[in-house]
Amino acid sequence: MKIRIKFAKYGTMKFIGHLDMMRFFQKAIRRAGIDIKYSEGFSPHQIMSFAAPLGVGLESTGEYLDIEVNSMKNLYAEDLLRVNDDLHLDSQDKRQKIMTVGEMKDGLNRAMVEGVEVISVGVLPDTVKNAMASVAAASYRLHCKEGAFGIADLEQTVRDFYAQETIPYTKETKKSVIELDLKQGIYEITTEKIEVNPKFLKPIEYVECAEETELTDIPEQLEDKAMTTAIRMIVNASSSGNIKPSMVFEKLCEFACVEIPASAYQVTRLETYTDLAKEGETHQFVPLAACCLDTGN
Amino acid sequence: MRKLALSDEILMQVEKPARYIGNEVNSVVKDKKEIAVRFVMCFPDVYEIGMSHLGIQVLYSMFNAWDDVWCERVYSPWTDLDALMRKHNIPLFGLESQEPVKNADFLGITLQYEMCYTNILQILDLAQIPLLAKDRGEDMPIVIGGGPCSYNPEPIADFFDLFYIGEGETQYRPLLDWYLENKKQGGSRLDFLKGAAKIPGIYVPQFYEEVYNEDGTIKERKKLYEEAPDKILKEIVTDVTDCIYPLKPVVPFIKVTQDRVVLEIQRGCIRGCRFCQAGQIYRPVRERDVDKLKEYAVEMLKNTGHEEISLSSLSSSDYSKLNELLDFLIEDCDQKHINISLPSLRIDAFSLDVMSKVQDVKKSSLTFAPEAGSQRLRDVINKGLTEEVILKGAALAFEGGWTRVKLYFMLGLPTETEEDIKGIGDLSNKIAATFFDTVPKDKRVNGKVQIVTSTSFFIPKPFTPFQWAPMCTKEQFLDKAYQTKKGIMEQLNQKSIKYNWHEADVSVLEGVFARGDRKVARAILEAYKRGCMFDSWSEYFHNDVWLSSFEDCRLDIGFYTTRERADDEIFPWDFLDCGVTREFLLREWKKAQEETVSPNCRSQCQGCGAGRFGVGVCRE
Ligand code: SF4
Repeated sequence: MKIRIKFAKYGTMKFIGHLDMMRFFQKAIRRAGIDIKYSEGFSPHQIMSFAAPLGVGLESTGEYLDIEVNSMKNLYAEDLLRVNDDLHLDSQDKRQKIMTVGEMKDGLNRAMVEGVEVISVGVLPDTVKNAMASVAAASYRLHCKEGAFGIADLEQTVRDFYAQETIPYTKETKKSVIELDLKQGIYEITTEKIEVNPKFLKPIEYVECAEETELTDIPEQLEDKAMTTAIRMIVNASSSGNIKPSMVFEKLCEFACVEIPASAYQVTRLETYTDLAKEGETHQFVPLAACCLDTGN
Repeated sequence: MRKLALSDEILMQVEKPARYIGNEVNSVVKDKKEIAVRFVMCFPDVYEIGMSHLGIQVLYSMFNAWDDVWCERVYSPWTDLDALMRKHNIPLFGLESQEPVKNADFLGITLQYEMCYTNILQILDLAQIPLLAKDRGEDMPIVIGGGPCSYNPEPIADFFDLFYIGEGETQYRPLLDWYLENKKQGGSRLDFLKGAAKIPGIYVPQFYEEVYNEDGTIKERKKLYEEAPDKILKEIVTDVTDCIYPLKPVVPFIKVTQDRVVLEIQRGCIRGCRFCQAGQIYRPVRERDVDKLKEYAVEMLKNTGHEEISLSSLSSSDYSKLNELLDFLIEDCDQKHINISLPSLRIDAFSLDVMSKVQDVKKSSLTFAPEAGSQRLRDVINKGLTEEVILKGAALAFEGGWTRVKLYFMLGLPTETEEDIKGIGDLSNKIAATFFDTVPKDKRVNGKVQIVTSTSFFIPKPFTPFQWAPMCTKEQFLDKAYQTKKGIMEQLNQKSIKYNWHEADVSVLEGVFARGDRKVARAILEAYKRGCMFDSWSEYFHNDVWLSSFEDCRLDIGFYTTRERADDEIFPWDFLDCGVTREFLLREWKKAQEETVSPNCRSQCQGCGAGRFGVGVCRE
């Protein structure tokens, strides 16, 4: 049986890289007593597929991984009977022998740390492609960590930026230089007001190259919270045409004639999508979790 | 949410930011308002090494099981972060609270190897704690040292307020209680240290002074505080089964050296190899109950989610219930897809059978540690492994399908001759020949056997029978390595043998620290000030800086290493009592020179002195 797990990653956990997150989940699944399936061979590994790797420093509310399980048994339910009472087992361990998906979610959440939260667990139809192969797009939000971006009329700038015919981008890797047109892979880009920590009100200083710079997006302070303008986008996240939000932001800054260091803004992946449309049809993006039969929540 | 000590900007700049954020599974965060004592436990090396150490996990569990204590961890910031912390004046912080270490009540530093000594200074420096104990004010943490290197604490004595000698499980509660009591009474730092000196196992260096003879050897030790004890006996756990064990060890996010559940099956070793310090200072052998170990294994695998478990002890083959334990683990772990990583076992039919069950025979290798190339020299060092046993074990293994063998030897052992060195090549060759004799041509995988022969340089350690022995010079070491290489090249099967040797410079320095006195602290401080740290990492080891530091401090390296020591010389560590008596060690030193072996604890007690604890093997 295939199970799809959706989770959020935030706070200090944004510094844990993709490979380490995989290891983290392998161990968490063991701690939760999930009867995960293993591959054959001399050193079997858990059958597990992550949707799209999340870069170090990014937060997310829409991460996915698929696992395969042999059964919904709680492997530790039996073990517990063998272990002596004087080990002071936590009451959480007196669990059911067979888990529902909801209990699996709770069990996983007990095995998490601050900064990773399992949002949903669902059963996948056997016909669905694995998480990695399913990914078509992802939505992101970019906001300034302290204060505002300092881009004059951000809303209009973003609109003008997206209205360009093409958005050429030169991607340099160690091996090659590739010319891309980002426009093809940006499905949507807008701005939105979000709440931020009122402690961070001062706009940061940027190297400006625009002639007139009126900071129109300074956070406005409401009683105990503050609002700031964030950028929101949906971009291609498939293995063939993946676009990093930082690439789009870099071009936007260039367009607005500002320089903003990467450490000044926070990127959050909001959701990961698959595309239900057939070849040639217009995209029909739905969250990966929507493929599940039973989410139990 | 927890606020980190380092900004996003810094964390995104450094290699492996996960080293510095804490938050690992099973790490303990407490409400500091409800805490009376804050203890920071430090392993002065990079996170991946420090996190692999069982001892810290034991003490971490013990401290955090006490409601009034919060124990955190800290490791050496790697060189990239080190530079940034100095530049931005960021104080070293505990991983759990992310608050400055200098605000804690105690900073405990574990001393697992001598080459971490400059990292102690790095830790203190980054923590903004004065490097010398005498310069520390009332509000600074009490800096405690512990672990094997505290059996000769003198070269680093100036940096510590106190040392805890022996196993940590026993006296920390009385020590903390006295700390709280003293605080309540409004006592000073000095009052605390005076009281601490009366607690068993606690050594307060500032209450003593070394007085030297003209030749630099120790004339006497003077007490500067009358009530401080003359001799400090190591602390020992009497019942290892019924003591704290870290059932919920902290699980790191990043891959560390020991990324597995570790079961300590016993403490100490019955063997008494004469070069081995661990074999003496952890005496007597105490076994943990096998049923308890089985429970621990199940519980710890569940609590960590680790995919591997390993056994830890100095000589696992001597654990009396090894078969039972391994049978249990093999069955239990197989169901759960857990790998078992075996410690180096004595190679015989039993261990080969076990190994074939848990490892891929084609990929794994066998390990033999004859330590010396000839039977004569093996008798000198009391290593009870004979050529016959090795060759028989190898033959059995080759029949079982193994094709890789690792051999470990030491160069520069007392009484070593050219013949002994030649023996290393001979033995390596005989093992290769055994392969060709045992395995018929058509059954040979790739037609090859692979023998890796490695040598390290012998370093005399305190509290061993060889504490009197002179150590070789760097030139002698390198010449011996050259002879070994030549000896191997002359062998018939030399193509099947690969030879590795250890660096000589580091070994010489390790020899100085191992048997050094208080004067050595000057050179350590000087070398640190000139930029030395992470000396155990070859890319950061600067021998020239060390040599000039010693020279400028007018300290002669040869005095500590190559000098012959008289039977009655007073050693810097003589005021400590590790359980084993000096008489026993001297007896063993004489027997070594006569090439006479001593039977192990189980065959015949040698009256080493550890019997006075009345526990473990001494009572069997
Ligand atoms: S007293 Fe005897 S049995 Fe006990 S540790 Fe010493 S030699 Fe071994």
